[in-house]
Amino acid sequence: MSEVIRLTTPLTEEDVASLKAGDQVSLTGVLYTARDAAHKRLVALLDEGKELPFDAKGAVIYYVGPSPAKPGAVVGSAGPTTSYRMDAYSERMMEVGMKGMIGKGKRAGDVVDAMVKHKAVYFAAIGGAAALIARSIKKVDVIAYEDLGPEAVRRMEVEDFKVVVINDTNGADLYEQGQERYRKE
Amino acid sequence: MREIDASAITEAVRTMSMSANYDLGDDVVKAFERGLEQEESPTGKAVFKALLENSKIARNEKVPMCQDTGFAVVFVEIGQDVHVTGGAIREAVNAGVRKGYEEGYLRKSICDPFTRTNTKDNTPAVVFTEVVDGAGLKITFAPKGGGSENMARVTMLTPSGGKEAVADFIVNRCQEAGSNPCPPVIVGACIGGTPELAAMLAKKALIRPLGTKNPDPELAEMEDQLLARINNLGMGPQGLGGRIFALGVHLVKHPCHIATLPLAVNICCHASRHKETEL
Ligand code: SF4
Repeated sequence: MSEVIRLTTPLTEEDVASLKAGDQVSLTGVLYTARDAAHKRLVALLDEGKELPFDAKGAVIYYVGPSPAKPGAVVGSAGPTTSYRMDAYSERMMEVGMKGMIGKGKRAGDVVDAMVKHKAVYFAAIGGAAALIARSIKKVDVIAYEDLGPEAVRRMEVEDFKVVVINDTNGADLYEQGQERYRKE
Repeated sequence: MREIDASAITEAVRTMSMSANYDLGDDVVKAFERGLEQEESPTGKAVFKALLENSKIARNEKVPMCQDTGFAVVFVEIGQDVHVTGGAIREAVNAGVRKGYEEGYLRKSICDPFTRTNTKDNTPAVVFTEVVDGAGLKITFAPKGGGSENMARVTMLTPSGGKEAVADFIVNRCQEAGSNPCPPVIVGACIGGTPELAAMLAKKALIRPLGTKNPDPELAEMEDQLLARINNLGMGPQGLGGRIFALGVHLVKHPCHIATLPLAVNICCHASRHKETEL
């Protein structure tokens, strides 16, 4: 496996431009969580010309709805949710500066095109490895939409949060490349 | 007539809500170990390693292996010589889910289909009750997450398509599902019945322990062929490329109407959770 690339958030244009589909990346810094219900509200805010509850510039959004934290724990289990449910909202988030998305599963063609246009990347974390992933989450605060429960927007401080680049800023797709390599007739 | 108090059902469901989400079955853990050995892709191997570690953390620390602790699907097999006292079975199951999901710090993921308002206690459960011979009561608790449920399909094939059409549909379903249902997966399918029965039996097929052979030799052969075809697609663990996308294919067959060939496919993620209690 290739060398792990260490990056801190917020991500810069250069950080993102240097990444290639298949790169193993370790993220440290702040991630913001949002699933489809939260995205719907975030995009509605943008449509009304209002401020988002966090600074989108260079932001990395993690598609996750954690399980409740046990007493004394920072967070419950917290693996990625399927990303295509956010496809309808992602370009809008890129327009205001979001640079990274973390989820699982293939993105729609127009989202991949938008990543090329706005210089953003899509990462995958291991779907279902939620108890393991929770270990790299150090602090969690709900910052918006508490009524959405697991789907509220959270600010997560992470250390050595492991992801792999699925779509880079050149439009490459690791799911397609990986399958191509191992396909047998 | 044997009497069983409804509170025993509640207690069994409460306990299994937690144990199913914390303790991955040994059959699945063994399949991960085999996968780690057989997988050719380095990324795929890393996925198997992570899943083994994840299942250990979940078991030891009593935390859910996946944040999506699922829709509570419960199969109840009740002997016809059993009389449940002190409450209705469905209510007893829901009470168990309510308690288990709260006490176990499990995620509540059930909502109204239109308003999306969360019911906040993970109820109602989906309960399938079957009346069987004898005086036993068996409860199987099989929570399933939304990511893999979204990949399920029911189709009504043309009978002339036969086995080939069935196999093609199942393989295509896996290709289309890709990384969405968190591979490595288990593929369940029911051929025959009626559309609603096939959907239920495809889900139930997932419960068969991984690595066991189908008692029907015809289906056993089809399972082997399908597993090879699905894995030859090359999608691998997490869809990142590799040898092992599916850990197993579980088929069931049911007689159908002379004019129909129903097929239901239900893909289960690697967090293949199910526990049983006999009362
Ligand atoms: S598909 Fe399964 S492993 Fe993946 S997030 Fe859903 S419940 Fe968890």
